[in-house]
Amino acid sequence: MDSSVIERIIDKHHGEAGSLIQILLDIQNELRWLPGAALEMVAEKLQVPMSRIQHTVTFYKAFSLVPKGRHEINLCMGTACHVRGATRILEMIETVTGLQPGETDADMKFSLDTVNCLGCCAIGPVMEIDEQHLGKLVPDRTAALLKKYD
Amino acid sequence: MSEFSLKIDGKDVAASDDMTILEAAQSAGIAIPTVCHHEKLEPFGGCRLCTVEAEAGGRTSLVAACIYPAQKDMAVKTRTPQIDKIRKVLTEQLLAYAPESEVLRGLAREYHADKDRFPKEPSFCILCGLCVRYCAEVKQKSAVGFVERGPNREISFVPEIAAKECWDCKECFPLCPTSALQAAYVLTRSLTSFKSTAQPEAGKQAATNTVPQ
Repeated sequence: MDSSVIERIIDKHHGEAGSLIQILLDIQNELRWLPGAALEMVAEKLQVPMSRIQHTVTFYKAFSLVPKGRHEINLCMGTACHVRGATRILEMIETVTGLQPGETDADMKFSLDTVNCLGCCAIGPVMEIDEQHLGKLVPDRTAALLKKYD
Repeated sequence: MSEFSLKIDGKDVAASDDMTILEAAQSAGIAIPTVCHHEKLEPFGGCRLCTVEAEAGGRTSLVAACIYPAQKDMAVKTRTPQIDKIRKVLTEQLLAYAPESEVLRGLAREYHADKDRFPKEPSFCILCGLCVRYCAEVKQKSAVGFVERGPNREISFVPEIAAKECWDCKECFPLCPTSALQAAYVLTRSLTSFKSTAQPEAGKQAATNTVPQ
Protein backbone atom coordinates (compact mmCIF):
# COMPACT_ATOMS: atom_id res chain seq x y z
CA MET A 1 0.00 0.00 0.00
CA ASP A 2 1.23 3.44 -0.96
CA SER A 3 0.96 5.59 2.15
CA SER A 4 1.33 8.82 0.15
CA VAL A 5 -2.11 8.13 -1.36
CA ILE A 6 -3.66 8.01 2.09
CA GLU A 7 -1.78 11.13 3.18
CA ARG A 8 -2.95 13.05 0.13
CA ILE A 9 -6.58 12.10 0.79
CA ILE A 10 -6.35 13.06 4.46
CA ASP A 11 -4.74 16.40 3.55
CA LYS A 12 -7.47 17.08 1.02
CA HIS A 13 -9.98 16.96 3.89
CA HIS A 14 -7.67 19.01 6.18
CA GLY A 15 -7.35 16.04 8.55
CA GLU A 16 -10.67 16.82 10.20
CA ALA A 17 -12.24 14.08 12.31
CA GLY A 18 -15.65 15.20 11.04
CA SER A 19 -14.66 14.17 7.52
CA LEU A 20 -13.99 10.56 8.55
CA ILE A 21 -16.60 9.03 6.25
CA GLN A 22 -15.55 11.17 3.26
CA ILE A 23 -11.91 10.22 3.80
CA LEU A 24 -12.77 6.53 4.06
CA LEU A 25 -14.91 6.76 0.92
CA ASP A 26 -12.05 8.39 -1.01
CA ILE A 27 -9.65 5.67 0.12
CA GLN A 28 -12.20 3.03 -0.80
CA ASN A 29 -12.56 4.57 -4.29
CA GLU A 30 -8.81 4.82 -4.76
CA LEU A 31 -7.76 1.36 -3.50
CA ARG A 32 -11.12 -0.44 -3.91
CA TRP A 33 -10.84 -1.61 -0.29
CA LEU A 34 -9.72 -0.42 3.14
CA PRO A 35 -6.50 -2.10 4.25
CA GLY A 36 -5.86 -2.28 8.00
CA ALA A 37 -2.71 -0.17 7.66
CA ALA A 38 -4.74 2.59 5.97
CA LEU A 39 -7.27 2.57 8.81
CA GLU A 40 -4.46 2.84 11.35
CA MET A 41 -3.04 5.86 9.50
CA VAL A 42 -6.47 7.50 9.42
CA ALA A 43 -6.98 6.81 13.14
CA GLU A 44 -3.64 8.38 14.00
CA LYS A 45 -3.89 11.44 11.75
CA LEU A 46 -7.51 12.24 12.62
CA GLN A 47 -7.17 11.32 16.29
CA VAL A 48 -10.24 9.11 15.99
CA PRO A 49 -10.33 5.90 18.08
CA MET A 50 -9.88 2.69 16.10
CA SER A 51 -13.09 1.28 17.62
CA ARG A 52 -15.06 4.15 16.08
CA ILE A 53 -13.47 3.56 12.67
CA GLN A 54 -14.34 -0.15 12.92
CA HIS A 55 -17.89 0.80 13.87
CA THR A 56 -18.15 3.06 10.81
CA VAL A 57 -16.57 0.76 8.22
CA THR A 58 -18.62 -2.26 9.31
CA PHE A 59 -21.83 -0.20 9.37
CA TYR A 60 -21.81 1.05 5.78
CA LYS A 61 -21.94 -1.43 2.93
CA ALA A 62 -19.97 0.97 0.73
CA PHE A 63 -16.83 0.03 2.64
CA SER A 64 -14.97 -3.21 2.16
CA LEU A 65 -12.38 -4.70 4.51
CA VAL A 66 -11.34 -7.24 1.88
CA PRO A 67 -9.85 -6.48 -1.56
CA LYS A 68 -12.40 -6.13 -4.37
CA GLY A 69 -11.95 -7.25 -7.96
CA ARG A 70 -11.26 -4.94 -10.89
CA HIS A 71 -14.93 -4.97 -11.85
CA GLU A 72 -17.61 -4.72 -9.19
CA ILE A 73 -20.94 -6.27 -10.15
CA ASN A 74 -23.97 -5.10 -8.19
CA LEU A 75 -27.02 -7.07 -9.22
CA CYS A 76 -30.36 -5.61 -8.20
CA MET A 77 -32.66 -8.01 -6.34
CA GLY A 78 -35.33 -5.38 -5.59
CA THR A 79 -39.02 -6.16 -5.99
CA ALA A 80 -39.35 -4.97 -9.60
CA CYS A 81 -36.18 -6.72 -10.74
CA HIS A 82 -37.13 -9.82 -8.77
CA VAL A 83 -40.47 -10.25 -10.52
CA ARG A 84 -38.76 -9.66 -13.87
CA GLY A 85 -36.38 -12.55 -13.27
CA ALA A 86 -33.35 -11.24 -11.36
CA THR A 87 -32.94 -14.70 -9.81
CA ARG A 88 -32.24 -16.22 -13.22
CA ILE A 89 -29.75 -13.41 -14.01
CA LEU A 90 -28.02 -14.16 -10.71
CA GLU A 91 -27.79 -17.86 -11.58
CA MET A 92 -26.27 -16.95 -14.93
CA ILE A 93 -23.68 -14.61 -13.37
CA GLU A 94 -22.84 -17.31 -10.81
CA THR A 95 -22.34 -19.83 -13.60
CA VAL A 96 -20.18 -17.53 -15.75
CA THR A 97 -18.01 -16.10 -12.98
CA GLY A 98 -18.14 -19.00 -10.52
CA LEU A 99 -18.86 -16.52 -7.71
CA GLN A 100 -21.48 -16.40 -4.98
CA PRO A 101 -22.73 -12.97 -3.83
CA GLY A 102 -20.12 -11.36 -1.57
CA GLU A 103 -17.19 -13.14 -3.20
CA THR A 104 -14.24 -12.03 -5.34
CA ASP A 105 -12.45 -14.38 -7.72
CA ALA A 106 -8.83 -15.41 -7.25
CA ASP A 107 -7.47 -13.37 -10.19
CA MET A 108 -9.30 -10.28 -8.86
CA LYS A 109 -11.40 -9.88 -12.00
CA PHE A 110 -14.95 -9.69 -10.63
CA SER A 111 -16.59 -9.04 -7.28
CA LEU A 112 -20.23 -10.01 -7.09
CA ASP A 113 -22.75 -8.46 -4.74
CA THR A 114 -26.51 -8.26 -4.66
CA VAL A 115 -28.24 -5.02 -3.72
CA ASN A 116 -31.82 -4.34 -2.78
CA CYS A 117 -32.71 -1.57 -5.22
CA LEU A 118 -30.65 0.45 -7.66
CA GLY A 119 -33.52 2.91 -8.09
CA CYS A 120 -34.12 2.42 -11.81
CA CYS A 121 -36.90 -0.15 -11.68
CA ALA A 122 -38.18 0.80 -15.17
CA ILE A 123 -35.19 -0.90 -16.82
CA GLY A 124 -35.18 -3.97 -14.56
CA PRO A 125 -33.76 -6.51 -14.21
CA VAL A 126 -30.71 -4.32 -13.86
CA MET A 127 -27.11 -4.69 -12.76
CA GLU A 128 -24.33 -2.22 -12.22
CA ILE A 129 -20.79 -2.95 -13.34
CA ASP A 130 -18.16 -0.33 -12.50
CA GLU A 131 -20.93 2.23 -11.89
CA GLN A 132 -22.40 1.66 -15.34
CA HIS A 133 -26.05 0.56 -15.33
CA LEU A 134 -27.00 -2.32 -17.61
CA GLY A 135 -30.75 -2.80 -17.89
CA LYS A 136 -33.42 -5.07 -19.41
CA LEU A 137 -31.19 -8.07 -18.81
CA VAL A 138 -31.89 -11.56 -20.03
CA PRO A 139 -29.63 -14.46 -19.05
CA ASP A 140 -28.07 -14.93 -22.52
CA ARG A 141 -27.18 -11.27 -22.99
CA THR A 142 -25.84 -11.10 -19.41
CA ALA A 143 -23.37 -13.87 -20.17
CA ALA A 144 -22.28 -12.08 -23.37
CA LEU A 145 -21.89 -8.77 -21.48
CA LEU A 146 -19.68 -10.36 -18.82
CA LYS A 147 -17.33 -11.77 -21.48
CA LYS A 148 -16.44 -8.21 -22.57
CA TYR A 149 -14.63 -7.50 -19.28
CA ASP A 150 -11.07 -8.52 -18.64
CA MET B 1 -29.92 28.06 34.63
CA SER B 2 -33.46 28.45 35.89
CA GLU B 3 -35.11 26.53 38.70
CA PHE B 4 -38.67 25.37 38.39
CA SER B 5 -40.94 22.63 39.58
CA LEU B 6 -42.74 19.86 37.80
CA LYS B 7 -45.06 17.09 38.89
CA ILE B 8 -43.89 13.49 38.88
CA ASP B 9 -46.52 10.96 39.94
CA GLY B 10 -48.47 13.83 41.50
CA LYS B 11 -45.51 14.94 43.60
CA ASP B 12 -43.97 18.42 43.20
CA VAL B 13 -40.32 18.05 42.24
CA ALA B 14 -37.77 20.85 41.97
CA ALA B 15 -35.61 20.75 38.83
CA SER B 16 -33.42 22.94 36.65
CA ASP B 17 -33.37 23.10 32.88
CA ASP B 18 -30.16 21.09 32.55
CA MET B 19 -31.83 18.08 34.17
CA THR B 20 -33.53 15.17 32.47
CA ILE B 21 -36.82 13.74 33.73
CA LEU B 22 -34.87 10.78 35.11
CA GLU B 23 -32.51 12.98 37.10
CA ALA B 24 -35.41 15.01 38.49
CA ALA B 25 -37.21 11.82 39.50
CA GLN B 26 -34.11 10.35 41.11
CA SER B 27 -33.52 13.54 43.11
CA ALA B 28 -37.03 13.14 44.53
CA GLY B 29 -36.51 9.46 45.29
CA ILE B 30 -38.86 8.25 42.55
CA ALA B 31 -37.56 5.09 40.88
CA ILE B 32 -37.63 4.70 37.09
CA PRO B 33 -36.15 1.45 35.74
CA THR B 34 -33.11 1.77 33.48
CA VAL B 35 -30.67 -0.63 31.87
CA CYS B 36 -28.46 1.53 29.65
CA HIS B 37 -28.20 4.51 32.02
CA HIS B 38 -25.10 5.31 34.07
CA GLU B 39 -24.64 8.52 36.03
CA LYS B 40 -21.06 9.05 34.86
CA LEU B 41 -21.99 8.72 31.18
CA GLU B 42 -23.81 10.87 28.67
CA PRO B 43 -27.46 9.86 28.26
CA PHE B 44 -27.85 7.18 25.58
CA GLY B 45 -31.55 6.36 25.29
CA GLY B 46 -30.86 2.84 24.07
CA CYS B 47 -32.99 0.51 26.16
CA ARG B 48 -36.17 2.63 26.36
CA LEU B 49 -37.13 0.95 29.65
CA CYS B 50 -37.26 4.38 31.27
CA THR B 51 -40.20 5.35 29.05
CA VAL B 52 -42.64 7.60 30.95
CA GLU B 53 -45.74 9.55 30.10
CA ALA B 54 -45.00 13.28 30.00
CA GLU B 55 -47.67 15.95 29.69
CA ALA B 56 -46.54 19.44 28.73
CA GLY B 57 -48.54 22.24 27.10
CA GLY B 58 -51.66 20.09 26.95
CA ARG B 59 -49.97 17.28 25.02
CA THR B 60 -49.22 13.84 26.37
CA SER B 61 -46.41 11.83 24.90
CA LEU B 62 -44.33 8.79 25.75
CA VAL B 63 -40.69 9.79 26.15
CA ALA B 64 -37.45 8.20 27.33
CA ALA B 65 -36.89 9.78 30.76
CA CYS B 66 -33.10 9.45 30.58
CA ILE B 67 -32.77 11.76 27.57
CA TYR B 68 -35.86 13.97 27.79
CA PRO B 69 -35.23 17.36 29.45
CA ALA B 70 -37.38 18.28 32.41
CA GLN B 71 -39.67 21.23 31.66
CA LYS B 72 -41.56 23.73 33.76
CA ASP B 73 -45.09 22.64 34.71
CA MET B 74 -44.64 19.26 33.10
CA ALA B 75 -46.70 16.43 34.55
CA VAL B 76 -44.97 13.05 34.43
CA LYS B 77 -46.47 9.65 35.20
CA THR B 78 -43.97 6.83 35.72
CA ARG B 79 -46.46 3.95 36.08
CA THR B 80 -49.54 3.58 33.92
CA PRO B 81 -50.99 0.41 32.39
CA GLN B 82 -49.65 1.54 29.00
CA ILE B 83 -46.12 2.12 30.31
CA ASP B 84 -46.16 -1.19 32.19
CA LYS B 85 -47.07 -2.93 28.97
CA ILE B 86 -44.24 -1.24 27.04
CA ARG B 87 -41.73 -2.21 29.74
CA LYS B 88 -43.10 -5.76 29.80
CA VAL B 89 -42.60 -6.26 26.07
CA LEU B 90 -39.16 -4.60 26.09
CA THR B 91 -38.08 -6.87 28.92
CA GLU B 92 -39.37 -9.91 27.07
CA GLN B 93 -37.39 -8.92 23.97
CA LEU B 94 -34.20 -8.31 25.94
CA LEU B 95 -34.63 -11.65 27.72
CA ALA B 96 -34.48 -13.38 24.34
CA TYR B 97 -30.86 -12.21 24.11
CA ALA B 98 -29.85 -12.60 27.74
CA PRO B 99 -32.13 -15.13 29.45
CA GLU B 100 -29.94 -15.43 32.55
CA SER B 101 -29.45 -11.74 33.29
CA GLU B 102 -30.32 -10.93 36.90
CA VAL B 103 -31.19 -7.32 36.05
CA LEU B 104 -33.68 -8.42 33.42
CA ARG B 105 -35.15 -11.17 35.57
CA GLY B 106 -35.84 -8.58 38.27
CA LEU B 107 -37.63 -6.42 35.72
CA ALA B 108 -39.56 -9.44 34.47
CA ARG B 109 -40.90 -10.08 37.98
CA GLU B 110 -41.85 -6.43 38.39
CA TYR B 111 -43.67 -6.13 35.05
CA HIS B 112 -44.98 -9.71 34.77
CA ALA B 113 -42.92 -10.38 31.65
CA ASP B 114 -42.87 -13.89 30.20
CA LYS B 115 -39.20 -14.82 29.80
CA ASP B 116 -40.03 -17.41 27.16
CA ARG B 117 -42.27 -15.27 25.00
CA PHE B 118 -39.75 -14.79 22.18
CA PRO B 119 -37.48 -17.45 20.70
CA LYS B 120 -34.08 -17.40 22.38
CA GLU B 121 -31.16 -15.82 20.57
CA PRO B 122 -28.64 -15.90 23.38
CA SER B 123 -25.95 -13.47 22.26
CA PHE B 124 -25.75 -12.46 25.95
CA CYS B 125 -25.39 -8.86 24.81
CA ILE B 126 -28.32 -6.44 24.79
CA LEU B 127 -26.24 -3.66 23.18
CA CYS B 128 -26.78 -1.24 26.07
CA GLY B 129 -23.41 0.28 25.19
CA LEU B 130 -22.36 0.72 28.83
CA CYS B 131 -18.92 -0.85 28.27
CA VAL B 132 -18.42 0.98 24.97
CA ARG B 133 -19.39 4.35 26.39
CA TYR B 134 -17.55 3.87 29.69
CA CYS B 135 -14.34 3.03 27.84
CA ALA B 136 -14.71 6.03 25.51
CA GLU B 137 -16.02 8.66 27.94
CA VAL B 138 -14.54 7.83 31.33
CA LYS B 139 -11.37 5.93 30.48
CA GLN B 140 -10.92 7.59 27.04
CA LYS B 141 -9.30 4.45 25.65
CA SER B 142 -11.99 3.20 23.25
CA ALA B 143 -10.72 -0.36 23.56
CA VAL B 144 -14.21 -1.72 22.91
CA GLY B 145 -16.71 -0.60 20.29
CA PHE B 146 -19.72 -1.63 18.26
CA VAL B 147 -19.26 -3.39 14.92
CA GLU B 148 -21.68 -4.36 12.15
CA ARG B 149 -25.26 -3.19 12.14
CA GLY B 150 -28.86 -4.26 12.57
CA PRO B 151 -29.28 -7.86 13.71
CA ASN B 152 -25.54 -8.49 13.34
CA ARG B 153 -24.49 -5.64 15.63
CA GLU B 154 -22.16 -6.68 18.45
CA ILE B 155 -19.41 -5.39 20.67
CA SER B 156 -15.80 -6.00 19.76
CA PHE B 157 -12.48 -5.23 21.42
CA VAL B 158 -9.75 -3.66 19.33
CA PRO B 159 -6.97 -6.20 19.98
CA GLU B 160 -4.10 -3.68 19.73
CA ILE B 161 -5.63 -1.41 22.38
CA ALA B 162 -7.10 -4.20 24.49
CA ALA B 163 -3.72 -5.92 24.80
CA LYS B 164 -2.24 -2.74 26.25
CA GLU B 165 -5.03 -1.28 28.36
CA CYS B 166 -7.49 -3.93 29.50
CA TRP B 167 -5.32 -6.07 31.82
CA ASP B 168 -5.18 -3.49 34.57
CA CYS B 169 -8.59 -1.89 34.03
CA LYS B 170 -11.56 -4.21 33.54
CA GLU B 171 -13.75 -1.46 34.99
CA CYS B 172 -16.39 -2.16 32.37
CA PHE B 173 -16.95 -5.72 33.65
CA PRO B 174 -19.21 -4.93 36.61
CA LEU B 175 -21.22 -2.50 34.47
CA CYS B 176 -22.49 -5.23 32.16
CA PRO B 177 -26.13 -6.06 32.91
CA THR B 178 -25.82 -9.54 31.40
CA SER B 179 -22.20 -10.57 32.16
CA ALA B 180 -21.72 -11.02 28.40
CA LEU B 181 -18.71 -8.78 28.36
CA GLN B 182 -16.58 -11.30 30.22
CA ALA B 183 -17.22 -13.82 27.48
CA ALA B 184 -16.32 -11.35 24.77
CA TYR B 185 -13.22 -10.35 26.67
CA VAL B 186 -12.06 -13.91 27.12
CA LEU B 187 -12.57 -14.51 23.43
CA THR B 188 -10.48 -11.51 22.47
CA ARG B 189 -7.79 -12.49 24.93
CA SER B 190 -7.59 -15.93 23.43
CA LEU B 191 -7.20 -14.34 20.01
CA THR B 192 -4.47 -11.96 21.09
CA SER B 193 -2.61 -13.94 23.74
CA PHE B 194 -0.62 -15.99 21.26
CA LYS B 195 0.65 -12.74 19.77
CA SER B 196 1.53 -10.92 22.98
CA THR B 197 4.35 -12.66 24.78
CA ALA B 198 5.04 -9.58 26.88
CA GLN B 199 3.08 -10.49 30.00
CA PRO B 200 2.48 -14.21 30.20
CA GLU B 201 2.00 -14.06 33.99
CA ALA B 202 -0.61 -11.32 33.81
CA GLY B 203 -2.38 -13.26 31.08
CA LYS B 204 -2.54 -16.38 33.21
CA GLN B 205 -3.87 -14.46 36.16
CA ALA B 206 -6.51 -12.74 34.06
CA ALA B 207 -7.68 -16.09 32.75
CA THR B 208 -8.63 -17.28 36.22
CA ASN B 209 -10.38 -14.00 37.01
CA THR B 210 -12.53 -13.70 33.96
CA VAL B 211 -14.39 -16.97 33.65
CA PRO B 212 -17.98 -15.97 32.85
CA GLN B 213 -20.55 -16.94 35.45
